[in-house]
Amino acid sequence: MERDPAAGEDPAPPDRRPQGRRGRRRRRRESRTRTVRSNLQPPPPASAHEEGAAQGARRRRRWWWWRPGRGGAQHLADNRLKTTKYTLLSFVPKNLFEQFHRLANVYFVLIALLNFVPAVNAFQPGLALAPVLFILAVTAFKDLWEDYSRHRSDQEINHLGCLVFSREEKQYVNRFWREIRVGDFVRLRCNEIIPADVLLLSSSNPDGLCHIETANLDGETNLKRRQVVRGFSELVSEFDPLTFTSVIECERPNNDLSRFRGCITHENGKKAGLHKENLLLRGCTVRNTEAVVGIVIYAGHETKALLNSSGPRYKRSMLERQMNCDVLWCVLLLVCTCLFSAVGHGVWVRRYQEKKALFDVPEADGGSLSPVTAAVYSFLTMIIVLQVLIPVSLYVSIEIVKVCQVYFINQDVDLYDEETDSQLQCRALNITEDLGQIRYIFSDKTGTLTENRMVFRRCTVSGMEYSHDANAQRLARYQEADSDSEEPVPRGGSLSQRGSIGSHQSVRLVHRTQSTRSHRRTGSRAEARRASMLSKHTAFSSPMETDITPDPKLLEKVSECDRCLAVARHQQHPPAHLSPELSDVFDFFIALTICNTVVVTAPDQPRQKVRVRFEQLKSPVKTLEGLLRRLSPSRLTGCGSAASLFPAKSSSKSGSSFLPVLSADSALLGLEEKLSQPAQAQAVASEGCGEDGWASQPCAPEGCAPDPCALERAPPPPPPKDPELRYEAESPDEAALVYAARAYNCALVQRLQDRVAVQLPHLGRLTFPLLHTLGFDSTRKRMSVVVRHPLTQEIQVYTKGADSVVMDLLLPCSPDDARGRHQKKIRSKTQNYLNLYAVEGLRTLCIAKRVLSKEEYACWLQSHLEAESAVDNREELLSQSAIRLETNLHLLGATGVEDRLQDGVPETIAKLRQAGLQIWVLTGDKQETAVNIAHACKLLDQDEEVITLNADSQEACAALLDQCLAYVQARTPPGAPEKTPAGGAGGRFYPLLRLPPEAAAPRPCLSLVIDGRSLAYALEKSLEDKFLFLAKQCRSVLCCRSTPLQKSMVVKLVRSKLKAMTLAIGDGANDVSMIQVADVGVGISGQEGMQAVMASDFAVPRFRYLERLLIVHGHWCYSRLANMVLYFFYKNTMFVGLLFWFQFFCGFSASAMIDQWYLIFFNLLFSSLPQLVTGVLDKDVPAEALLAQPQLYRSGQNMEEYRPRTFWWNMADAAFQSLVCFFIPYLAYYDSDADVFTWGTPITAIALLTFLLHLGIETKTWTWLNWTACGFSALLFFTVAFVYNSSCATCYPPSNPYWTMQTLTGDPLFYLTCLIAPITALLPRLFFKALQGSLFPTQLQRARQLAKRSSPRKPRAPRDPRGPLPGAPSPDTSEPSCPGASAPASQDDASPGSWPPGAPEASEEPSPVDVSVDVSVPLREASGRRAPGRPSGPRAAVPERRSGDSRAKPARSGRTASLSSVFSLPHFGSPGWISSLSLVGGLGGVWQLSRSSLHGDKREAEFLPGPPPPRDGDLCGLGQRAADYF
Amino acid sequence: MAMSYNSKDEVDGGPPCAPGGAAKNRRPDNTAFKQQRLPAWQPILTAGTVLPTFFIIGLIFIPIGIGIFVTSNNIREIEIDYTGIDPSSPCNKCLSRNVTPCICTINFTLEQSFEGNVFMYYGLSNFYQNHRRYVKSRDDSQLNGDPTALLNPSKECEPYRRNEDKPIAPCGAIANSMFNDTLELFLVVNGSFSTAIPLKKKGIAWWTDKNVKFRNPPGEGPLQERFKDTTKPVNWVKPVYLLDSDQDNNGFINEDFIVWMRTAALPTFRKLYRIIERKSDLHPTLPAGDYFLNIKYIFLFTLQITLYILLMDENG
Repeated sequence: MERDPAAGEDPAPPDRRPQGRRGRRRRRRESRTRTVRSNLQPPPPASAHEEGAAQGARRRRRWWWWRPGRGGAQHLADNRLKTTKYTLLSFVPKNLFEQFHRLANVYFVLIALLNFVPAVNAFQPGLALAPVLFILAVTAFKDLWEDYSRHRSDQEINHLGCLVFSREEKQYVNRFWREIRVGDFVRLRCNEIIPADVLLLSSSNPDGLCHIETANLDGETNLKRRQVVRGFSELVSEFDPLTFTSVIECERPNNDLSRFRGCITHENGKKAGLHKENLLLRGCTVRNTEAVVGIVIYAGHETKALLNSSGPRYKRSMLERQMNCDVLWCVLLLVCTCLFSAVGHGVWVRRYQEKKALFDVPEADGGSLSPVTAAVYSFLTMIIVLQVLIPVSLYVSIEIVKVCQVYFINQDVDLYDEETDSQLQCRALNITEDLGQIRYIFSDKTGTLTENRMVFRRCTVSGMEYSHDANAQRLARYQEADSDSEEPVPRGGSLSQRGSIGSHQSVRLVHRTQSTRSHRRTGSRAEARRASMLSKHTAFSSPMETDITPDPKLLEKVSECDRCLAVARHQQHPPAHLSPELSDVFDFFIALTICNTVVVTAPDQPRQKVRVRFEQLKSPVKTLEGLLRRLSPSRLTGCGSAASLFPAKSSSKSGSSFLPVLSADSALLGLEEKLSQPAQAQAVASEGCGEDGWASQPCAPEGCAPDPCALERAPPPPPPKDPELRYEAESPDEAALVYAARAYNCALVQRLQDRVAVQLPHLGRLTFPLLHTLGFDSTRKRMSVVVRHPLTQEIQVYTKGADSVVMDLLLPCSPDDARGRHQKKIRSKTQNYLNLYAVEGLRTLCIAKRVLSKEEYACWLQSHLEAESAVDNREELLSQSAIRLETNLHLLGATGVEDRLQDGVPETIAKLRQAGLQIWVLTGDKQETAVNIAHACKLLDQDEEVITLNADSQEACAALLDQCLAYVQARTPPGAPEKTPAGGAGGRFYPLLRLPPEAAAPRPCLSLVIDGRSLAYALEKSLEDKFLFLAKQCRSVLCCRSTPLQKSMVVKLVRSKLKAMTLAIGDGANDVSMIQVADVGVGISGQEGMQAVMASDFAVPRFRYLERLLIVHGHWCYSRLANMVLYFFYKNTMFVGLLFWFQFFCGFSASAMIDQWYLIFFNLLFSSLPQLVTGVLDKDVPAEALLAQPQLYRSGQNMEEYRPRTFWWNMADAAFQSLVCFFIPYLAYYDSDADVFTWGTPITAIALLTFLLHLGIETKTWTWLNWTACGFSALLFFTVAFVYNSSCATCYPPSNPYWTMQTLTGDPLFYLTCLIAPITALLPRLFFKALQGSLFPTQLQRARQLAKRSSPRKPRAPRDPRGPLPGAPSPDTSEPSCPGASAPASQDDASPGSWPPGAPEASEEPSPVDVSVDVSVPLREASGRRAPGRPSGPRAAVPERRSGDSRAKPARSGRTASLSSVFSLPHFGSPGWISSLSLVGGLGGVWQLSRSSLHGDKREAEFLPGPPPPRDGDLCGLGQRAADYF
Repeated sequence: MAMSYNSKDEVDGGPPCAPGGAAKNRRPDNTAFKQQRLPAWQPILTAGTVLPTFFIIGLIFIPIGIGIFVTSNNIREIEIDYTGIDPSSPCNKCLSRNVTPCICTINFTLEQSFEGNVFMYYGLSNFYQNHRRYVKSRDDSQLNGDPTALLNPSKECEPYRRNEDKPIAPCGAIANSMFNDTLELFLVVNGSFSTAIPLKKKGIAWWTDKNVKFRNPPGEGPLQERFKDTTKPVNWVKPVYLLDSDQDNNGFINEDFIVWMRTAALPTFRKLYRIIERKSDLHPTLPAGDYFLNIKYIFLFTLQITLYILLMDENG
């Protein structure tokens, strides 16, 4: 419940979700509620009929008529699932209608229709329709297939079985899901899937509870508790649907999973409220409960699950937008050429008409066309003839290619996560290439960068800090173990080492170690973890989280107060004699244990607790309950209500049932406890209680001696031994705290609706009657439980929440008395520790309590009950009520929970940064925590300069921004590389400083940290530009305490203002809006449920997969698609060019020398396959090289493959090629007896060959598929030509190409032109490519050359001579500069520095703050940095090398590294630089490399826009640069 | 489009570790194809790789060029323009169109004898046979002898479809504009005496055209009978069944007609007119000497175009 403060913020407003058509239709209905009645009752009168009519669905009503006996009047949606779009009848019109939403289709159909006008037609009208029809048919077929598979899966679901109560048979009978309708009673057994949204009316659980698992809905695997509707839980006998006469009124179906409101009116007029706790949602699974009965409220498409499901998203990628723009250019080009030839035709007609040329065909009536009319006709005909310029198959081809790309991404085994057995999912099918163009990554922190696996680290109680060193060591060992297990052979040493950890936990630890070891023998660590996850099947409970080593001092204190209390209770003393500190400690752990919503399960009987005993004992309980009910009003003055009955009832109920098993339990417990005496004493006490309890209890004076009955020993099923208990928490923090408390022997053993049981070693089992649970919400940022303390009978409120909130709610302590002063001291101490925790990157929570007097409670209860029963704005009232309760708190202590970084996060961030991506972290966490995590994941470097922006007001924010901007601009003076030795503390971080540290270290990159409040100011219209400008200068930006809305606003801002591609990655509901806004949304299918995944375009299992997804697949997808689109444009332009040149020789009459069949099918059949294959399979650079040189990613960012310039060059080349391909045959056949089509066919062949050869030049990798496709293409053309030319002598007017091809094959000229023309056409391109490839190779080309050169010897180390850091940009690659270091304007080439392992100047003077930070986190730092991997054996595959590097990198950070670089500066000056060049040259063995690297370097220097970097040129600069590289 | 809510999710229990969904491995297959690791040839275009390619291409083209050069040298052509633009030309008189038919004579001299088969072409320039509406203006069915098309020609033939309520055979603008000059070649033997060179009319069209594509209307009777109820094209002097006396070269299968109907690709074109066959190995086909052409100038052509006769020696 208590998650990241940000995580608590509201999930995305549900309204924003795409709603189906049904949703829209529903809104039109007037009534805002729905009434549900039992189907078993006779139909109710009028009003329901009206509603029924309003629901429409006439067809269904008819069906109802002839099914008598089920005659409810409720014509609501039935449970039939129908996700298909079409029916047999509606398919053709509907599909066509949908397809014509695409503009291109309309265009082509219009053109085809134009062909039917005789005056302008160019082709046989039917034939012109063929390609359009073909494409429509292909799409329609695809849609049909999709629809059919949807239909099949619908059928499968519709025919699932379920027990439904039948009126005829008076019992539950099996029916299909689709036959269930609203008002039916369904009976669900354990592990059944809920078929519809069902209101829970009865449960086999005696408390009227039911547990469900919502994994299908939101991915959360923990159990959720649902409760029988109030009024039905008290039923004595089993629920009988026939007697159900109540009327349920509830909301209209909506898609809000977390809300359900309504009320049920019983026949006697009594009303009861309904909430989401009463509703079982479709798709969830019943767990832990034997059977439940409920009435269906929403069925079928009105269930919340279905209203929430939405299809894949359709976004338009940037490349596609650019392409569309170029398509428009093509349209313009088309219009121009057509206009040109129209004018030409007009002139021609005028010239020849007056001379009555023989070839000028008059009109049908013998008259002749006026030149203008002729020109108009010619224009239209030209459009038809040249329509290919707008590529008809482009859209379809792109779709095909993208589907294939998605397939390959899905299939990538390197993106498969063994641990969760999930691979990457592409949810959006059409933005794959956007992955290759991302500039900004916006990342959530919790669960995205971190594991979201909370591990309890340390705590402070009543001002004392318990550092939990042993625990820290334990965690460090886990990390070592993690890295150990990556080795192929497990080390024997680690076992013994681990076996000897902490004394009292050794047994458990050894057990665990053995299990891990056995796993390790079989496979990797991930497998082991997965296996353990599967076996346990509990969220948040890996051994790392559960086995907490307690701090000895604190453990001592806990057991001391336990002992004291036990003794006191045993001797009937009031427990008041505990010292304040000890009582705080005790309360602290009680709060940790019970202030949550954790559900306890025992894995032995996985999630099913059979409570036979309860069933048997039900009737005595009932009588007792009645007795108690009568007595209870006296216990709580004034506010007697049903709610207040709960404690009494429960205690009696459980008490009675526990009696028979007490002895057995005590024996079991004895094993756990060393001291058997107290246990026995307790057993006696309980038994005593049991014997005379019923009579004595009511008489027990209130508030005095502890109620003996509250101290039963054991739950009805013997409590499994400690390690066997599993806690199912909604959030990992909760689980971590409960596990921590358990480590202190304060174990949560049972949680029911109305009580919580805690097991203590001496006190035994303490049952806390649970009066209220005020759940966590993101505005309050805290949760509370109200319990009656079993020892003191006081009403106590335990609150747990974010420190910022809780600290403000504390009871103001008077400075006068000593106690107050003490309190104040404790608070300030706690605050200090909280700050420390935050600096350490721990997530902090404050624990507080409040003791309520009876009067206070009674009053509050009154208002709270009112709030609960309110129908309108209940949420608001409830939260107000909660706020009233949670005041004047007494601070107990605080906890620090660590959220571990995910594997490989620092490396991934480093790589992504090298790839030129700017990473922003947007988190709801505290600034300190966020900064620390940022340091841990290398988002912030130690020597990096951090600008902190914390402003209290708009003006302050504006002033700060101006200041920062001025500073940033002053920082990059042209030609001042000298360090400005301003205060060493410059870039350091000041936790509570409200002003940005103004000082400057010159070299290090800037980072910006901004908190939520300042962010709100900075996002104002007036400041956003400045903010953005500042942020652009920074290497990384950290926004803390930001709300989901702010997150999305930041993304939107960057997206719209910087016109850059953005990617948002997150895992929780609070990231949904950000994910939706970004160009590419990535969801992490982690522990926080599926909401983020549902909203995302891509879902990855872990953050680290982002690296491969972007750098490899993104690059490939982009480059493939860009090349394919360019090729498409080229192809069409070139083809159209041929036709256009011909117009000069046919009087611009729109005549075509290419047979219409070829013309129409050329794009579609002959030349389409090879480019598809290339578009799907081509790899410009192999994956390993891309990963080794992430800077290659920049080509996509800068759109190098497909720029406007490239487009026009491409078009120019196409024009040239068409000239060549036209005029070579022209010259060859000039003044010959060749007829139009005998001349046109060679041209077609030449065009095809040119296309294939051109594609050959563009294709970088030739697999057998490419060869086959090209061969097939050529073969297909010739085959078709042969067949077509011999099939019919008179069928194809006007070309009538009978025997043309056959004749041509006998003509040597044909072969000659087919040989010469394509080669001549492609020579310039080939020449240019070769020249560019060897003289000015792009980075990609160089990488490809390198990769090819080194591919024969497999374990290669590209650029190894440059040093061990692959991250270190080699001189010939990119410029390692911060955005701020280069000119501000250089947005394109500003590449955030890619790993300066310590800029010399920055760390020359270690700042004092730096030191202090270092001291505070030595252990974690060390362990954290060691995490990624150990030096591994000589298994020298490429990935291995990477892991080795990643290990080496962190080791270099910090002062030592930078010092060494300082020392090495003189040695590695310019001579080193030069020698490195020669070294590379020598190693590469090819002169090109060294030359090109020199050249590239020079070029880069030249091309750097803005003022050139100061170090360029002079020796000093060179030296410094060299130092950076090594 | 597709709802993400499908049976798989609902029944199997969705992500990530559902109960009972034990060990259902979603790990993708590690095949070369799926992992995009198919063995591939990776050409890299650099000077080093491309220069040899250029070199090889050059080497291949050298013999080709030599071959072409030799062949073209072996072809001897003589071109005789009889348009009559030049006032000194004997055909100048025919431009005025007063006399029909106008016959003019053009003298020329062969310096060298033509040894092999000699092909006689007529050439036209600036004649747009590839004009869109011109190209379409024909009825292939009619030309193929389809009796229904004969009497009811395709609409494409408009306005040369019907004349005086009779279907035109052959219809259309192409046929209507057929080249119909008659050329005769004479060798001046000594002074005034001359001998006609035999010109072969047949074999100038594609075999498939003559035998498959073009056919006379079916029937046993004489051509005139078969073409009854049709009329000649407007510009024609005589009907289609009188194109030649030889029955095998008359009507639609008249080879001059067939050649004309194969519309030329470019506005400057030539078409085969006659073949002068080599008779024996001993005598040249056309010995060196003086010749003259007798031209019956009918082709109605109001434009300045070049009409020429071209004699090409096959293997001379």
